[in-house]
Amino acid sequence: MATAQKERDLLIEVRDLKTYFFLDEGTVRAIDGVDFDIKRGQTLGVVGESGCGKSVTGQSILRIVPSPGRIVEGSILFHRYSGGNGSSEAKTVIDLTKLDAMGDEIRSIRGAEIALIFQEPMTSFSPVHTIGNQIMEAILLHQEVTEEEAREIAVDMLRHCGLPRAEDVINRYPWELSGGMRQRSMIAMALSCQPSLLIADEPTTALDVTTEAQILTLMRDLQAEMGMAIMYITHNLGVIAEMAEEVIVMYLGKVVERASIDDVFHDPKHPYTRALLRSIPKIGQKSTAKLETIKGMVPDPYNIPSGCTFHTRCPSYMPGVCNVQEPKMVDVGNGHLVSCLLYDQGE
Amino acid sequence: MAAANSNGNGTKPILEVRNLKKHFPIVRGFMRRVVGYVKAVDGVTFSVPEGKTLGLVGESGCGKTTTGRSILRAIEPTSGEVIFRDQDLGPIDVVKADKETVRHMRRNMQMIFQDPYSSLNPRMTLLDIVGEPLVVNKVARGSALEDRVAELLRRVGLRPEYMRRYPHAFSGGQRQRIGIARALALNPQLIVCDEPVSALDVSIQAQTLNLLEDLQEEMHLSYLFVAHDLSVVEHVSDAVAVMYVGKLVETAETEELYMNPLMPYTEALLSAVPRPDPRMEKNRIILEGEVADPANPPSGCYFHPRCRYAQALCSQEEPALREVRKDHFVACHFAEELSLRGVVELTK
Repeated sequence: MATAQKERDLLIEVRDLKTYFFLDEGTVRAIDGVDFDIKRGQTLGVVGESGCGKSVTGQSILRIVPSPGRIVEGSILFHRYSGGNGSSEAKTVIDLTKLDAMGDEIRSIRGAEIALIFQEPMTSFSPVHTIGNQIMEAILLHQEVTEEEAREIAVDMLRHCGLPRAEDVINRYPWELSGGMRQRSMIAMALSCQPSLLIADEPTTALDVTTEAQILTLMRDLQAEMGMAIMYITHNLGVIAEMAEEVIVMYLGKVVERASIDDVFHDPKHPYTRALLRSIPKIGQKSTAKLETIKGMVPDPYNIPSGCTFHTRCPSYMPGVCNVQEPKMVDVGNGHLVSCLLYDQGE
Repeated sequence: MAAANSNGNGTKPILEVRNLKKHFPIVRGFMRRVVGYVKAVDGVTFSVPEGKTLGLVGESGCGKTTTGRSILRAIEPTSGEVIFRDQDLGPIDVVKADKETVRHMRRNMQMIFQDPYSSLNPRMTLLDIVGEPLVVNKVARGSALEDRVAELLRRVGLRPEYMRRYPHAFSGGQRQRIGIARALALNPQLIVCDEPVSALDVSIQAQTLNLLEDLQEEMHLSYLFVAHDLSVVEHVSDAVAVMYVGKLVETAETEELYMNPLMPYTEALLSAVPRPDPRMEKNRIILEGEVADPANPPSGCYFHPRCRYAQALCSQEEPALREVRKDHFVACHFAEELSLRGVVELTK
């Protein structure tokens, strides 16, 4: 991928974002003070285990956090460029957290400038409308075109996404297509309005490896062509290694490490990132040794540990430090950020 | 076919599957006329040596789950032989066995399911769930039952005090442990593991795999490990069988299969696995198209429409599974001529 582009402009700046869910049993701090940036045309990988808040991060950007969840603090600055993906013309900066979640402005952004693809393409399409109608709906909502033109755009997009006989597929219902074809159609729908950011929430988790490889290649090709940024949310470290340029690792609603793809895999700093990387079986390295595990399990969201939230499971746990003090993000060089008290002392 | 019967180092196979078939009828119309068959499993032959793990891999719809279920007679196989060496009854042909035999045999042959959320009854406590096989088979009751359940829970790493709780109080990884405890209740010989870790998080997946390995050592279990994640399968399996559209296309010992695949489909599968290393060169083979429809498979070799090495013969004649190297069976006309790349070479 084109990493050697000119100094890239910011697209999304997330600052101290907090999204909480207010439930009868208590408050779940799904995202608890998250900072990151996405640059134009960049792929940011978001990794973490279930419940770490990676999906809610995506939902917060789109302002579709399901009730009783709410953004309670922080800002999400969206840099809107008037000249489309290619140019760096005059831009306006909008704080997405300040918008009315049901208002016109977020609706003009959602689906048009920031699009989302989901994990399960079967449940995210309506089963009673054809693929074509659903894609055309998105196009007609955001672009000033006639129905015929919208149809043409839709067919074109489907063809672009590698669907054979696109003119025919457009009249099909989602359940008539295979998983891979549905996910291709989902991508076609998401990209039909040429968004500047595509949020991909585990888009290949439900697919077979061979189909996954097809979809990943497709997404990379479309990115090279259309220049959108991708926020790629997944728990699969292999997929992250293939797709992302920069990675944030999340644990219990916090970013614990943020670094370039190479640093995350070859020089991980946070004990959680290290443990995650060691716990996956790597193909082609058959050994009789046991897999290394992270002891225990993700703590109960109502009862988050004090200090560093990872200290209960951490192999480098320092009693009296980690359970008391909350770590801050520190730069360990080259913009490699880590939130761990091992690196946070003395300076 | 004597294929893959002598797997590995001379240990007697606990399970031998020969030419197993499961065809589901397709019915149409008011008269429920049978208009065709979905050949979900179409002549599969393999064996699981005692105390070992055989990995069964393939894409969704290839028939790997159906194979696992047919072996347990959870669904009725259409034809073929499944020889299970029961520790009490001796070798039995599961396909032909009567009801009573099947019931007895299931004490020694158990299953672990993929989804730990839907495979446990939410209205039963752990004591009921794990104890049910013991009660049904009249092995234990009363306080003996509680003792046994406590021991089983301890063995899978759960606290015995949890016995009175319901499944909803547990996380995915813990539920999978409950499922494992239930499978172990009757001291089985063979466990069919159907995607046991695919619904789990990375860190929990490692814990569960280690638990399965420990149990195998302690209790001398044999596993048929059905999964689609090739990295996991490589880690746990002694030998691997690859399925495509209801047929077994390649089987060999794990290292041999991963390093020297002989079937183009296996090569493509291995190449598609995302590698957790951004520095690795990826020389990916992208398979075109989709898995063939098992109700209407292509002629000749089922894989030929997607195979980059396909020749005229491939669309005409169906290749038989044959031993090309020692203990390495493959169904490909050109297995000797092709020089396919293994997991290591694929990144060069």
